[in-house]
Amino acid sequence: MDMEASPCVGEADSKDQLRFITCGSVDDGKSTLIGRLLHDSKMIYQDQLRALARDSAKHGTTGGDIDFALLVDGLEAERQQGITIDVAHRFFTTSHRSFVVADTPGHEQYTRNMATGASNAQLAIILIDARKGVLAQTKRHSFICSLLGIRHVMLAVNKIDLVDYRKDIFDGIVNDYVSFASELGFASITPLPISARYGDNITKRSRNTDWYQGQSLLDHLETIHIESETTDLPFRFPVQWVNRPSLDFRGYAGTIASGSISVGDEIIVAVSGLSSRVKRIVTYDGDLAVAGAGEAVTITLEDEIDVSRGDVLASPTHRPEIAHQFAAHLIWMDQEPMVPGRSYAFRIGTQSITSGSISCIKYKVDVNTRKQVAATTLGLNEIGFCNLATVLPATFDPYRINRRTGSLIVIDLSTNRTVGAGMIEFSRRRTTNIVQQPQSIGKRERSALMHQKPCVIWFTGLSGSGKSTIANIVDQKLFAMSHHSMLLDGDNLRQGLNRDLEFTEEDRVENIRRAGEAARLMLEAGLIVICSFISPYKADRNMVRSLVGNREFVEVFVDTPIEECIRRDPKGLYSKAKSGQIKNFTGIDAPYEAPSTPELHLKASGERPEHLADRVLNCLAERGFITLR
Amino acid sequence: MIRLETHTLPRHLRRLEAETIEIMREAVAAFKSPVMLYSIGKDSSVMLHLAMKAFYPAKLPFPLMHIDTTWKFREMITFRDETAKRMGVDLIVHVNKDGIARGINPIDSGSALHTQVMKTDALKQALDLYGFDAAFGGARRDEEKSRAKERIFSFRSVGHVWDPRNQRPELWNLFNTRIRQGETMRVFAMSNWTELEIWEYIMFEKIPVVPLYFARWRPVVHRDGTLIMVDDERLPLLQSETPQMRRIRFRTLGCYPLSGAIESEATTIEDIVAEMQVATVSERQGRLIDTDETASMEKKKREGYF
Repeated sequence: MDMEASPCVGEADSKDQLRFITCGSVDDGKSTLIGRLLHDSKMIYQDQLRALARDSAKHGTTGGDIDFALLVDGLEAERQQGITIDVAHRFFTTSHRSFVVADTPGHEQYTRNMATGASNAQLAIILIDARKGVLAQTKRHSFICSLLGIRHVMLAVNKIDLVDYRKDIFDGIVNDYVSFASELGFASITPLPISARYGDNITKRSRNTDWYQGQSLLDHLETIHIESETTDLPFRFPVQWVNRPSLDFRGYAGTIASGSISVGDEIIVAVSGLSSRVKRIVTYDGDLAVAGAGEAVTITLEDEIDVSRGDVLASPTHRPEIAHQFAAHLIWMDQEPMVPGRSYAFRIGTQSITSGSISCIKYKVDVNTRKQVAATTLGLNEIGFCNLATVLPATFDPYRINRRTGSLIVIDLSTNRTVGAGMIEFSRRRTTNIVQQPQSIGKRERSALMHQKPCVIWFTGLSGSGKSTIANIVDQKLFAMSHHSMLLDGDNLRQGLNRDLEFTEEDRVENIRRAGEAARLMLEAGLIVICSFISPYKADRNMVRSLVGNREFVEVFVDTPIEECIRRDPKGLYSKAKSGQIKNFTGIDAPYEAPSTPELHLKASGERPEHLADRVLNCLAERGFITLR
Repeated sequence: MIRLETHTLPRHLRRLEAETIEIMREAVAAFKSPVMLYSIGKDSSVMLHLAMKAFYPAKLPFPLMHIDTTWKFREMITFRDETAKRMGVDLIVHVNKDGIARGINPIDSGSALHTQVMKTDALKQALDLYGFDAAFGGARRDEEKSRAKERIFSFRSVGHVWDPRNQRPELWNLFNTRIRQGETMRVFAMSNWTELEIWEYIMFEKIPVVPLYFARWRPVVHRDGTLIMVDDERLPLLQSETPQMRRIRFRTLGCYPLSGAIESEATTIEDIVAEMQVATVSERQGRLIDTDETASMEKKKREGYF
């Protein structure tokens, strides 16, 4: 291409991108500021201005003037309410930079949206109403920016026209803010007096504030030096997709999270510790000799080693953390509160961890005062410092060192909603220091001595569904066939091992966790373990499944209609629950989540228990655990 | 071949390119049966080009699908078929036969009903018919206000319903791709591109686009302040209307009776980029289907439109 012939090419060549967020309290004028930036940088077209003038007359709050906030308040519902309720992305460009703006709401209950906008931002504009000064929400937003790793803050003291452009008011607010923010670890705080509505100090310095010597807001955005966050860090490459078009090519596709890599460099696969060298760095535009942070490439290795999606290729001299247990700040984002101990899915880089849990909340952070408060759960928009546990080890770096490899999201396994976001602080050394004691006699040897294949048979169903009766018959039959088995029953365990537990959601989770651990020990001892638990939550049953291992876990759903269970009511519990004497009773005032794909689905109504027990034995035989004569 | 380290692409375009590639790979890794919605326009051209890069040296691990309303410009259809052939990709063309049988068309039925039946319903039909669980779309956040709040991985419940009040928060590059049977995902891999950046990228990467984007003498009629090209004999002309030859081009392409042209001298991509930089109206102004009511895009999206 002829560079001389197209002047925009040379200009664009040096162009960079800056992603920032705007935050502040309701009515501080965020949307107006963004509308003003778009307008003054000529990003608003005539037809949009015409629509804006029309809308301003209808919904506007600025009398006859154009209401710039209406440009960015996108969704119909929020136009009517006059508040921004979600994260909106705006784009504008100047000759120096292209900008992506996340407009995030200031309304109290929408902390999660602010965190969402902040997660990909390099800079934050924090708006303060000159008439109101630093508010609780200003502090909250600054804290969230700091927690999410934003290093640069512009403190925009807005509506300076409404305080007659007074320097003393501006100085007072700046002093308040700087003394509060000194503990938040920002690399730069740039204060400036603005009027978003009238354009003072937005694209050029205003004559109304001749005491202000700094740059205009846009000049500052165009020129601020943002250090590259990830280039100088050790090499990390989360494998996203294995590219295998033919037997001759096996490449690992992904985006370099940090550092750089050259052909010939040694790498390790984080969890397995296997090592190899980089053979090629493949792209559609030709092979590269070197590639760096942010580049989407495909890497091939010298050796055929086991690598799949979720693995992290890393520098052998600076390895990432690998742990089952780690501490993280979590922001809770769902209406349903967190349940410590329950199974959640975590996403860390390209790792999908489907059997994780939050083992405990160390404390909750009051976002206004940053004080630590004791907590047993986290509700919507609350922030806690928590210990997290995973069944399989996770690979990560501390978030404050690497935002790309230290972040995680939490997903509810039954609703699939994103319920939390986390910033990993450190791996918990205490657990790292507990090294698994090798045992010379294993499950295989122990079960061979008993001439059997061990497994866990997990009966789940409503109270009164008949699961304990069937479980008992299965136990007897196995005994008669000279198998070594053991029966674990929910009610019986609650009289001993689980005596301290109640029937709240948290305690039900712990009840199942302990039962699962007990079953696993017995499985290790070579036994056929028969478990009979209501176990109403799918997530908890899946936790046991991953604890025991999918191959040796046989889930049996005893499916009896609730009406039938109520009619039977062998222990008189349903009538107590209905009269309110028992709270949180499954099927009455607590949910039962039926398994969607159990190994065996017993439609139990009208069938003899004896016959149902035989079907369980047939299922075990089909799976090769026992042999029927 | 070892490429020189000096990249020709400007940094902001390199960043956008890498971001889109990452999103596309993520969708392919996470979903069983993805499809790329190919609308033949400039955004689709860029999206297809980026997909070729994302999965190289493998072939595209998904087919392209075009929802054909049967009212596209003839040059678009020619370009579509040539592109599929040149790139060696699978192309599915889906037409809502029921809509054809009912005689739905943009002229007699009106743009709203035509769009609903021949685009929105057709898309839902096709997704169900082929059992696709994820669909790439080329929509950008800078296009329209309700798009600005759209997620990159946009969850659709059973029946392809979009609920703007109940979207999954999207942080960092950690996308929640979990869905249940019958639910689907729309994947907007080019969310963060702007119209200008699309043209800059087309220029740097020399990506072929439909010739209708370039100014040429074409037959048009003037209607309600909009220039409509007479692409075939199906466009009924009023007695007072005689098609005139004007030098026009299109900023955005759709059904020809619903796409407004602009008078322009831009015959090369460099001309278009230069014209873009001094443009005073938005690209959507040429789209007659968006102006029915102010919040019409949000309404269409809730109903399952892209």
